[in-house]
Amino acid sequence: MKKYMAYPYGVWMLIFIIAPILLVVYYAFTDKSGALTLGNFTSMLSYTSIFGRSFLLAFAATVVCLLLGYPLAYIMSKQPPRWQNFYMMLIMLPMWMNFLLRTYAWMSILENNGFINQFLQNIGVIRLLNTLLRPEAPIEYLPLINTGGAVVLGMVYNFLPFMVLPIYNVLIKIDKKLIEAAQDLGAPSGAVFRKVIFPLSMPGVIAGITMVFVPAVSTFVISKTLGGGKEMLIGDLIDLQFMGNAYNPQLGSAIALVMMALVFLCMLIMNRFDDGSGEEGGLLL
Amino acid sequence: MKRFFQQFYLLLLFLFLYAPIFTLMLFSFNADKSRVIWHGFTLDWYAELFRDSTIIHSLYVTLIVAFASALLSTLLGTVAALGIHCMRRRTKGVYLTVNSIPMSTSDTIMGVTFMLLFAMLMLEKGYLTLILAHTTFSVPYVVLNVMPKLRQLDKNAYEAALDLGATPSQALQKVILPEIMPGIVTGAIMAFTLSVDDFVVSYFTAGTTSQPLSVVIYSMTRRRISPKINALSTLLFLAVLILLVIINFRQSRDESHKNAQKPKYQPLKGVEN
Repeated sequence: MKKYMAYPYGVWMLIFIIAPILLVVYYAFTDKSGALTLGNFTSMLSYTSIFGRSFLLAFAATVVCLLLGYPLAYIMSKQPPRWQNFYMMLIMLPMWMNFLLRTYAWMSILENNGFINQFLQNIGVIRLLNTLLRPEAPIEYLPLINTGGAVVLGMVYNFLPFMVLPIYNVLIKIDKKLIEAAQDLGAPSGAVFRKVIFPLSMPGVIAGITMVFVPAVSTFVISKTLGGGKEMLIGDLIDLQFMGNAYNPQLGSAIALVMMALVFLCMLIMNRFDDGSGEEGGLLL
Repeated sequence: MKRFFQQFYLLLLFLFLYAPIFTLMLFSFNADKSRVIWHGFTLDWYAELFRDSTIIHSLYVTLIVAFASALLSTLLGTVAALGIHCMRRRTKGVYLTVNSIPMSTSDTIMGVTFMLLFAMLMLEKGYLTLILAHTTFSVPYVVLNVMPKLRQLDKNAYEAALDLGATPSQALQKVILPEIMPGIVTGAIMAFTLSVDDFVVSYFTAGTTSQPLSVVIYSMTRRRISPKINALSTLLFLAVLILLVIINFRQSRDESHKNAQKPKYQPLKGVEN
């Protein structure tokens, strides 16, 4: 055991982590001929609405994930140990189903003639809505797919495990004696949660928020399949510059750089809420 | 009552997580191409799946890349963790910060940066670029799984082994490795899972003849996905399910085995998770 054992990975990180980031910076500040320019950033101004929408949808997805995921992690941590492993497995298992297929499956559920609308037709909700609201043209289905809501749903569905796992991992490590002490000192169960459990689970919450928000803000597949491709997100924009018809890696790099900076800023603000319990907080599993 | 609500909540959320997967599986047996209307039972899609050379080849690419990158990242990550563990606080901090970059960068951006890098290095997109990229985003998880095990390690064990005449490599093999093995295994499994599940990074780094399954599926979603894909995912899902059940079964058997052997008084071993 010597510290030089880490040097190979150090070199690896230089080549595959540091160098690529420097490349993005280089591309972002140059034009096609290689001359220095800020043009890439000024031409990004026309995409402000895309940035806004991406951050809004990702924010919504993160909030929903937290609201759904925290109780789930909390209840899981209260189960007998044997069941906990089982539930953990159940949460991890969908991740083995290809990400695209999982999203694709939602299309058949949300489509205009998909399962939800079929169900609503069969139990007569659509007819009821038509008689109650009397729209100018009677509706045959609820518009579910190709909406912002569908995109948020897709994000929540795909990234929920990333919220649950870190919170769960922090919750099961909380010292039971602290909870007992609070109870012994007469705190009602609501106060025990508010004053002891929740503050102690903050590192997990922060890790969860990061792990949901970062992929959500830059996804480009979910918006294409569930959003119908009408409402572009930053991810789509970057994809278009690198792999699409609008091939322009300089502009793409500038967008990527700005997004990295924005996300970094968000994380910095987030981490102010963390009480700095160190390395362990970011640990995933 | 409270317990009932808790169980009910769990049930609802697991229904939410699994409903889409079960629909996918169900419609792999549908006699028609439709993905919403049931036309009767068939196994035709499974037969067609095995005749589709593109899909079979992509599955092969996915597995090769996953095995290679999991192996490489486990090796690189474990050795790195051993080294980082011995470093001074400052260098350790630098290493761990850079190590955490891939985990907190989104896939899209990582994919794009790899694409630029490989273009500059003039590496043609193919197996090599896929493996390099997947290894890079997997190593951090191996490091982070091995480091806590090293911290739990008794600091004197390694030196005691040396004092008793073991060579450094013997001490490593006989004393350190067995202790940190659970971390290494978890890291390796995570690396493999991440590689299999990855689409975005592969999308930016795969060549035309080395497309992994996820990229092939993506090019299909733009048209209409054939129920062949449903059939394939059903098979993959069942394979993973069986694997996990076996692992879980073995773990719980080992645990009950260990518990049976445990002495009444346990020596204090520090905090275990």
